Amino acid sequence: MPRFVELWIYLSATPLFGLTATLVVYIVAQALYARLDNAPWANPVMWSVVAIAGGLLATGVDYPTYFAGAQFIHFLLGPAVVALAWPLWLRRAELRRRLARVLLASLLGGAAASLSALGLAWALGLPHDVVLSLAPKSVTAPVAMGIAEKIGGIPALSAVFAVLTGMVGALSGKYLFDLLRIGTTSEGWAARGFALGTAAHGIGAARALHVNADAGAYAGLALGLQVVLAALLMPLVFRLLQAI
Amino acid sequence: MKGLRGLAWLLIFQSIGELVSRGFSLPLPGPVVGLVLLLVALRFAIVREPVGDCAQFLLSHLSLLFIPVGVGVMTHLALLSEYGGRMLLVIVLSTWIGLAVTALVLYGLPRRRAGPAAEAPSGSAGATGASDDTR
Repeated sequence: MPRFVELWIYLSATPLFGLTATLVVYIVAQALYARLDNAPWANPVMWSVVAIAGGLLATGVDYPTYFAGAQFIHFLLGPAVVALAWPLWLRRAELRRRLARVLLASLLGGAAASLSALGLAWALGLPHDVVLSLAPKSVTAPVAMGIAEKIGGIPALSAVFAVLTGMVGALSGKYLFDLLRIGTTSEGWAARGFALGTAAHGIGAARALHVNADAGAYAGLALGLQVVLAALLMPLVFRLLQAI
Repeated sequence: MKGLRGLAWLLIFQSIGELVSRGFSLPLPGPVVGLVLLLVALRFAIVREPVGDCAQFLLSHLSLLFIPVGVGVMTHLALLSEYGGRMLLVIVLSTWIGLAVTALVLYGLPRRRAGPAAEAPSGSAGATGASDDTR
Protein backbone atom coordinates (compact mmCIF):
# COMPACT_ATOMS: atom_id res chain seq x y z
CA MET A 1 0.00 0.00 0.00
CA PRO A 2 2.65 2.61 0.91
CA ARG A 3 4.36 1.62 -2.34
CA PHE A 4 1.19 2.49 -4.26
CA VAL A 5 0.92 5.85 -2.52
CA GLU A 6 4.53 6.58 -3.41
CA LEU A 7 3.95 5.72 -7.04
CA TRP A 8 0.83 7.89 -7.16
CA ILE A 9 2.73 10.82 -5.69
CA TYR A 10 5.38 10.37 -8.36
CA LEU A 11 2.95 10.03 -11.27
CA SER A 12 0.62 12.83 -10.21
CA ALA A 13 3.56 15.24 -10.12
CA THR A 14 4.68 14.61 -13.71
CA PRO A 15 3.26 16.53 -16.68
CA LEU A 16 2.24 13.16 -18.09
CA PHE A 17 -0.55 12.97 -15.51
CA GLY A 18 -2.32 16.23 -16.35
CA LEU A 19 -2.14 15.60 -20.07
CA THR A 20 -3.36 12.01 -19.87
CA ALA A 21 -6.14 12.80 -17.40
CA THR A 22 -7.48 15.65 -19.56
CA LEU A 23 -7.48 13.62 -22.75
CA VAL A 24 -8.95 10.44 -21.25
CA VAL A 25 -11.67 12.20 -19.26
CA TYR A 26 -12.64 14.24 -22.34
CA ILE A 27 -12.85 11.14 -24.56
CA VAL A 28 -15.07 9.39 -22.03
CA ALA A 29 -17.27 12.49 -21.57
CA GLN A 30 -17.53 12.89 -25.34
CA ALA A 31 -18.56 9.24 -25.75
CA LEU A 32 -21.24 9.59 -23.07
CA TYR A 33 -22.46 12.80 -24.72
CA ALA A 34 -22.82 10.97 -28.05
CA ARG A 35 -24.53 8.03 -26.31
CA LEU A 36 -27.04 10.45 -24.76
CA ASP A 37 -27.94 11.90 -28.18
CA ASN A 38 -26.01 15.13 -27.57
CA ALA A 39 -28.39 16.14 -24.77
CA PRO A 40 -27.49 19.71 -23.71
CA TRP A 41 -27.16 18.77 -20.02
CA ALA A 42 -24.59 16.10 -20.91
CA ASN A 43 -22.13 18.77 -22.13
CA PRO A 44 -18.67 17.15 -22.29
CA VAL A 45 -16.74 20.28 -21.24
CA MET A 46 -18.82 20.74 -18.13
CA TRP A 47 -18.59 17.13 -16.99
CA SER A 48 -14.87 16.89 -17.81
CA VAL A 49 -14.20 19.99 -15.72
CA VAL A 50 -16.34 18.68 -12.86
CA ALA A 51 -14.66 15.26 -12.95
CA ILE A 52 -11.09 16.57 -13.16
CA ALA A 53 -11.50 19.39 -10.64
CA GLY A 54 -13.30 16.98 -8.29
CA GLY A 55 -10.58 14.38 -8.72
CA LEU A 56 -7.81 16.89 -8.08
CA LEU A 57 -9.51 18.24 -4.96
CA ALA A 58 -10.16 14.72 -3.68
CA THR A 59 -6.57 13.55 -4.19
CA GLY A 60 -4.96 16.81 -3.09
CA VAL A 61 -3.14 17.48 -6.36
CA ASP A 62 -2.92 21.24 -6.85
CA TYR A 63 -3.85 23.13 -10.01
CA PRO A 64 -0.31 24.20 -11.08
CA THR A 65 0.79 20.55 -10.96
CA TYR A 66 -2.15 19.53 -13.13
CA PHE A 67 -1.60 22.46 -15.47
CA ALA A 68 2.05 21.49 -16.02
CA GLY A 69 0.63 18.68 -18.17
CA ALA A 70 -2.62 20.24 -19.34
CA GLN A 71 -0.78 23.27 -20.73
CA PHE A 72 0.05 21.26 -23.84
CA ILE A 73 -3.65 21.11 -24.64
CA HIS A 74 -4.22 24.68 -23.44
CA PHE A 75 -1.49 25.87 -25.80
CA LEU A 76 -3.51 24.74 -28.81
CA LEU A 77 -6.10 27.47 -28.12
CA GLY A 78 -3.75 29.93 -29.86
CA PRO A 79 -3.49 28.00 -33.15
CA ALA A 80 -7.24 27.28 -32.84
CA VAL A 81 -7.98 31.02 -32.82
CA VAL A 82 -5.80 31.40 -35.95
CA ALA A 83 -7.65 28.44 -37.47
CA LEU A 84 -10.91 30.40 -37.20
CA ALA A 85 -9.83 32.02 -40.47
CA TRP A 86 -10.92 28.76 -42.12
CA PRO A 87 -14.70 28.94 -41.50
CA LEU A 88 -14.59 32.64 -42.40
CA TRP A 89 -12.86 31.76 -45.68
CA LEU A 90 -15.29 28.97 -46.51
CA ARG A 91 -18.28 31.24 -46.09
CA ARG A 92 -16.68 34.34 -47.61
CA ALA A 93 -19.23 34.71 -50.43
CA GLU A 94 -22.12 34.47 -48.02
CA LEU A 95 -20.33 36.75 -45.58
CA ARG A 96 -19.84 39.39 -48.25
CA ARG A 97 -23.50 39.17 -49.24
CA ARG A 98 -24.84 39.47 -45.70
CA LEU A 99 -22.03 41.58 -44.33
CA ALA A 100 -24.11 44.42 -42.88
CA ARG A 101 -26.59 42.14 -41.12
CA VAL A 102 -23.92 39.76 -39.86
CA LEU A 103 -21.70 42.56 -38.53
CA LEU A 104 -24.70 44.19 -36.87
CA ALA A 105 -25.71 40.91 -35.19
CA SER A 106 -22.16 40.33 -33.98
CA LEU A 107 -21.75 43.88 -32.68
CA LEU A 108 -25.15 44.20 -31.01
CA GLY A 109 -25.08 40.68 -29.59
CA GLY A 110 -21.58 41.08 -28.22
CA ALA A 111 -22.36 44.51 -26.80
CA ALA A 112 -25.61 43.29 -25.24
CA ALA A 113 -23.84 40.35 -23.54
CA SER A 114 -20.99 42.48 -22.27
CA LEU A 115 -22.98 45.52 -21.16
CA SER A 116 -25.71 43.48 -19.47
CA ALA A 117 -22.99 41.57 -17.57
CA LEU A 118 -21.35 44.83 -16.47
CA GLY A 119 -24.67 46.41 -15.50
CA LEU A 120 -25.96 43.39 -13.57
CA ALA A 121 -22.65 42.82 -11.81
CA TRP A 122 -22.50 46.46 -10.80
CA ALA A 123 -26.12 46.46 -9.63
CA LEU A 124 -25.53 43.33 -7.54
CA GLY A 125 -22.56 44.99 -5.85
CA LEU A 126 -19.75 42.73 -7.02
CA PRO A 127 -16.18 44.00 -6.45
CA HIS A 128 -14.76 46.31 -9.10
CA ASP A 129 -12.13 43.95 -10.52
CA VAL A 130 -14.70 41.14 -10.71
CA VAL A 131 -17.03 43.44 -12.66
CA LEU A 132 -14.26 44.29 -15.13
CA SER A 133 -13.32 40.63 -15.46
CA LEU A 134 -16.90 39.92 -16.55
CA ALA A 135 -16.75 42.31 -19.54
CA PRO A 136 -15.00 39.98 -22.03
CA LYS A 137 -16.82 36.85 -20.86
CA SER A 138 -18.46 36.11 -24.19
CA VAL A 139 -15.13 36.11 -26.03
CA THR A 140 -13.21 32.87 -26.33
CA ALA A 141 -11.01 32.24 -23.24
CA PRO A 142 -7.49 33.07 -24.49
CA VAL A 143 -8.63 36.33 -26.07
CA ALA A 144 -10.80 37.14 -23.04
CA MET A 145 -7.68 36.89 -20.88
CA GLY A 146 -5.82 39.33 -23.13
CA ILE A 147 -8.71 41.80 -23.05
CA ALA A 148 -9.09 41.53 -19.24
CA GLU A 149 -5.42 42.36 -18.87
CA LYS A 150 -5.86 45.47 -20.98
CA ILE A 151 -8.99 46.80 -19.22
CA GLY A 152 -7.94 46.08 -15.62
CA GLY A 153 -9.71 42.81 -14.86
CA ILE A 154 -8.21 39.57 -13.54
CA PRO A 155 -7.22 37.41 -16.58
CA ALA A 156 -7.58 34.04 -14.82
CA LEU A 157 -11.03 35.00 -13.57
CA SER A 158 -12.08 36.17 -17.04
CA ALA A 159 -11.06 32.80 -18.45
CA VAL A 160 -13.22 31.04 -15.87
CA PHE A 161 -16.16 33.37 -16.61
CA ALA A 162 -15.71 32.72 -20.33
CA VAL A 163 -15.82 28.95 -19.80
CA LEU A 164 -18.92 29.25 -17.58
CA THR A 165 -20.58 31.49 -20.17
CA GLY A 166 -19.85 28.95 -22.87
CA MET A 167 -21.39 26.20 -20.79
CA VAL A 168 -24.53 28.23 -20.00
CA GLY A 169 -24.97 28.92 -23.71
CA ALA A 170 -24.38 25.33 -24.73
CA LEU A 171 -26.69 24.01 -22.02
CA SER A 172 -29.61 26.38 -22.40
CA GLY A 173 -29.36 27.81 -25.92
CA LYS A 174 -31.73 25.29 -27.45
CA TYR A 175 -34.54 26.08 -25.01
CA LEU A 176 -34.07 29.82 -25.37
CA PHE A 177 -34.17 29.63 -29.19
CA ASP A 178 -37.28 27.43 -29.09
CA LEU A 179 -38.89 29.98 -26.78
CA LEU A 180 -38.00 32.81 -29.19
CA ARG A 181 -39.45 30.76 -32.06
CA ILE A 182 -36.21 30.69 -34.00
CA GLY A 183 -37.10 27.99 -36.52
CA THR A 184 -35.15 24.92 -37.54
CA THR A 185 -35.00 25.84 -41.21
CA SER A 186 -31.48 26.33 -42.52
CA GLU A 187 -32.03 30.04 -41.88
CA GLY A 188 -33.06 29.35 -38.30
CA TRP A 189 -30.07 27.06 -37.76
CA ALA A 190 -27.79 29.77 -39.09
CA ALA A 191 -29.20 32.25 -36.55
CA ARG A 192 -28.92 29.70 -33.71
CA GLY A 193 -25.34 28.87 -34.57
CA PHE A 194 -24.36 32.49 -35.05
CA ALA A 195 -25.85 33.42 -31.67
CA LEU A 196 -24.02 30.55 -29.93
CA GLY A 197 -20.71 31.56 -31.50
CA THR A 198 -21.25 35.20 -30.56
CA ALA A 199 -22.51 34.91 -26.98
CA ALA A 200 -21.07 31.53 -25.96
CA HIS A 201 -17.84 31.46 -28.04
CA GLY A 202 -15.98 28.17 -28.59
CA ILE A 203 -18.02 25.99 -26.26
CA GLY A 204 -21.26 27.21 -27.82
CA ALA A 205 -19.75 26.76 -31.28
CA ALA A 206 -18.71 23.20 -30.44
CA ARG A 207 -22.29 22.51 -29.42
CA ALA A 208 -23.59 24.05 -32.66
CA LEU A 209 -21.18 21.91 -34.70
CA HIS A 210 -22.52 18.75 -33.08
CA VAL A 211 -26.13 19.62 -33.76
CA ASN A 212 -26.29 20.96 -37.31
CA ALA A 213 -23.90 21.75 -40.17
CA ASP A 214 -25.40 25.18 -40.94
CA ALA A 215 -25.38 26.08 -37.26
CA GLY A 216 -21.78 24.92 -36.96
CA ALA A 217 -20.55 26.93 -39.94
CA TYR A 218 -22.26 30.09 -38.72
CA ALA A 219 -20.97 29.51 -35.20
CA GLY A 220 -17.40 29.39 -36.51
CA LEU A 221 -18.02 32.54 -38.49
CA ALA A 222 -19.51 34.30 -35.44
CA LEU A 223 -16.60 33.18 -33.28
CA GLY A 224 -14.05 34.64 -35.68
CA LEU A 225 -15.92 37.93 -36.00
CA GLN A 226 -16.54 38.23 -32.27
CA VAL A 227 -12.87 37.67 -31.49
CA VAL A 228 -11.75 40.37 -33.93
CA LEU A 229 -14.44 42.90 -32.99
CA ALA A 230 -14.14 42.43 -29.23
CA ALA A 231 -10.35 42.52 -29.23
CA LEU A 232 -10.44 45.65 -31.34
CA LEU A 233 -13.30 47.56 -29.71
CA MET A 234 -13.38 46.58 -26.04
CA PRO A 235 -10.03 48.14 -24.98
CA LEU A 236 -10.91 51.24 -27.02
CA VAL A 237 -14.29 51.64 -25.35
CA PHE A 238 -12.74 51.25 -21.91
CA ARG A 239 -10.03 53.76 -22.70
CA LEU A 240 -12.73 56.23 -23.77
CA LEU A 241 -14.76 55.56 -20.62
CA GLN A 242 -11.73 56.14 -18.45
CA ALA A 243 -10.96 59.38 -20.26
CA ILE A 244 -14.43 60.76 -19.48
CA MET B 1 2.19 15.09 -43.27
CA LYS B 2 -0.50 17.41 -44.60
CA GLY B 3 -1.83 17.81 -41.07
CA LEU B 4 1.64 18.67 -39.81
CA ARG B 5 2.15 21.22 -42.56
CA GLY B 6 -1.20 22.73 -41.66
CA LEU B 7 -0.19 23.00 -38.00
CA ALA B 8 3.10 24.57 -39.04
CA TRP B 9 1.23 27.24 -41.03
CA LEU B 10 -1.07 27.97 -38.09
CA LEU B 11 1.94 28.35 -35.77
CA ILE B 12 3.78 30.51 -38.30
CA PHE B 13 0.80 32.86 -38.61
CA GLN B 14 0.36 32.93 -34.84
CA SER B 15 4.05 33.84 -34.48
CA ILE B 16 3.83 36.59 -37.08
CA GLY B 17 0.67 37.77 -35.33
CA GLU B 18 2.47 37.94 -31.97
CA LEU B 19 5.36 39.85 -33.53
CA VAL B 20 3.09 42.33 -35.29
CA SER B 21 0.84 42.76 -32.24
CA ARG B 22 3.76 43.43 -29.87
CA GLY B 23 5.93 45.26 -32.36
CA PHE B 24 3.25 47.83 -33.16
CA SER B 25 1.61 47.51 -29.70
CA LEU B 26 -1.78 46.80 -31.31
CA PRO B 27 -4.88 46.30 -29.15
CA LEU B 28 -5.42 42.94 -30.92
CA PRO B 29 -3.94 39.79 -29.32
CA GLY B 30 -1.35 37.93 -31.43
CA PRO B 31 -3.56 34.99 -32.46
CA VAL B 32 -6.26 37.40 -33.68
CA VAL B 33 -3.74 39.22 -35.88
CA GLY B 34 -2.66 35.76 -37.07
CA LEU B 35 -6.29 34.97 -37.93
CA VAL B 36 -6.61 38.11 -40.06
CA LEU B 37 -3.29 37.49 -41.84
CA LEU B 38 -4.17 33.85 -42.48
CA LEU B 39 -7.52 34.90 -43.92
CA VAL B 40 -5.63 36.97 -46.49
CA ALA B 41 -3.11 34.20 -47.18
CA LEU B 42 -5.78 31.51 -47.72
CA ARG B 43 -6.10 32.62 -51.33
CA PHE B 44 -2.81 30.80 -51.98
CA ALA B 45 -3.17 27.04 -52.48
CA ILE B 46 0.13 26.30 -50.76
CA VAL B 47 -1.37 27.65 -47.51
CA ARG B 48 -5.00 26.73 -48.10
CA GLU B 49 -4.65 23.01 -48.79
CA PRO B 50 -2.75 21.93 -45.67
CA VAL B 51 -4.49 24.44 -43.38
CA GLY B 52 -7.99 23.22 -44.24
CA ASP B 53 -7.57 19.74 -42.75
CA CYS B 54 -5.72 20.91 -39.69
CA ALA B 55 -8.14 23.75 -38.95
CA GLN B 56 -11.13 21.45 -39.29
CA PHE B 57 -9.55 18.96 -36.90
CA LEU B 58 -8.62 21.58 -34.30
CA LEU B 59 -11.99 23.30 -34.45
CA SER B 60 -13.93 20.05 -34.18
CA HIS B 61 -12.18 19.40 -30.85
CA LEU B 62 -12.44 22.95 -29.64
CA SER B 63 -14.26 21.88 -26.48
CA LEU B 64 -11.26 19.81 -25.35
CA LEU B 65 -9.05 22.89 -25.42
CA PHE B 66 -11.18 24.69 -22.81
CA ILE B 67 -10.88 22.02 -20.16
CA PRO B 68 -7.50 23.08 -18.64
CA VAL B 69 -8.78 26.65 -18.16
CA GLY B 70 -12.13 25.38 -16.94
CA VAL B 71 -10.50 23.25 -14.26
CA GLY B 72 -8.95 26.53 -13.07
CA VAL B 73 -12.34 27.23 -11.45
CA MET B 74 -11.01 25.22 -8.52
CA THR B 75 -8.44 27.93 -7.74
CA HIS B 76 -11.19 30.51 -7.30
CA LEU B 77 -13.37 28.51 -4.94
CA ALA B 78 -13.07 31.16 -2.19
CA LEU B 79 -14.27 33.91 -4.52
CA LEU B 80 -16.98 31.61 -5.85
CA SER B 81 -18.29 30.68 -2.41
CA GLU B 82 -18.48 34.36 -1.47
CA TYR B 83 -20.03 35.74 -4.67
CA GLY B 84 -20.90 32.50 -6.50
CA GLY B 85 -24.67 32.97 -6.54
CA ARG B 86 -24.52 36.53 -7.82
CA MET B 87 -21.77 35.78 -10.36
CA LEU B 88 -23.73 32.86 -11.72
CA LEU B 89 -26.87 34.99 -11.98
CA VAL B 90 -24.95 37.64 -13.93
CA ILE B 91 -23.40 35.05 -16.25
CA VAL B 92 -26.66 33.22 -16.96
CA LEU B 93 -28.77 36.35 -17.57
CA SER B 94 -26.18 38.18 -19.69
CA THR B 95 -25.56 35.06 -21.78
CA TRP B 96 -29.28 34.74 -22.49
CA ILE B 97 -29.48 38.42 -23.37
CA GLY B 98 -26.51 38.06 -25.74
CA LEU B 99 -27.92 34.93 -27.37
CA ALA B 100 -31.37 36.44 -27.82
CA VAL B 101 -30.16 39.75 -29.27
CA THR B 102 -27.77 38.07 -31.72
CA ALA B 103 -30.28 35.48 -32.92
CA LEU B 104 -33.08 38.01 -33.32
CA VAL B 105 -30.94 40.54 -35.21
CA LEU B 106 -29.83 37.86 -37.65
CA TYR B 107 -33.14 36.05 -37.94
CA GLY B 108 -35.15 39.24 -38.24
CA LEU B 109 -37.31 40.65 -35.51
CA PRO B 110 -40.66 41.35 -37.17
CA ARG B 111 -40.54 38.17 -39.17
CA ARG B 112 -41.34 38.62 -42.84
CA ARG B 113 -42.51 35.18 -43.84
CA ALA B 114 -40.56 34.15 -46.91
CA GLY B 115 -41.18 30.47 -46.46
CA PRO B 116 -38.27 28.06 -46.48
CA ALA B 117 -36.08 30.21 -48.71
CA ALA B 118 -34.28 28.56 -51.58
CA GLU B 119 -30.75 27.61 -50.65
CA ALA B 120 -27.80 29.33 -52.25
CA PRO B 121 -24.93 28.40 -49.96
CA SER B 122 -22.10 29.94 -51.95
CA GLY B 123 -21.28 31.81 -55.10
CA SER B 124 -23.93 33.98 -56.74
CA ALA B 125 -22.95 36.83 -54.46
CA GLY B 126 -25.46 39.43 -55.45
CA ALA B 127 -24.76 42.94 -54.26
CA THR B 128 -27.85 42.89 -52.09
CA GLY B 129 -27.75 44.84 -48.86
CA ALA B 130 -28.74 43.33 -45.56
CA SER B 131 -32.08 45.08 -45.48
CA ASP B 132 -33.70 43.06 -48.23
CA ASP B 133 -31.99 39.86 -47.24
CA THR B 134 -34.28 37.49 -45.41
CA ARG B 135 -32.11 34.41 -45.38
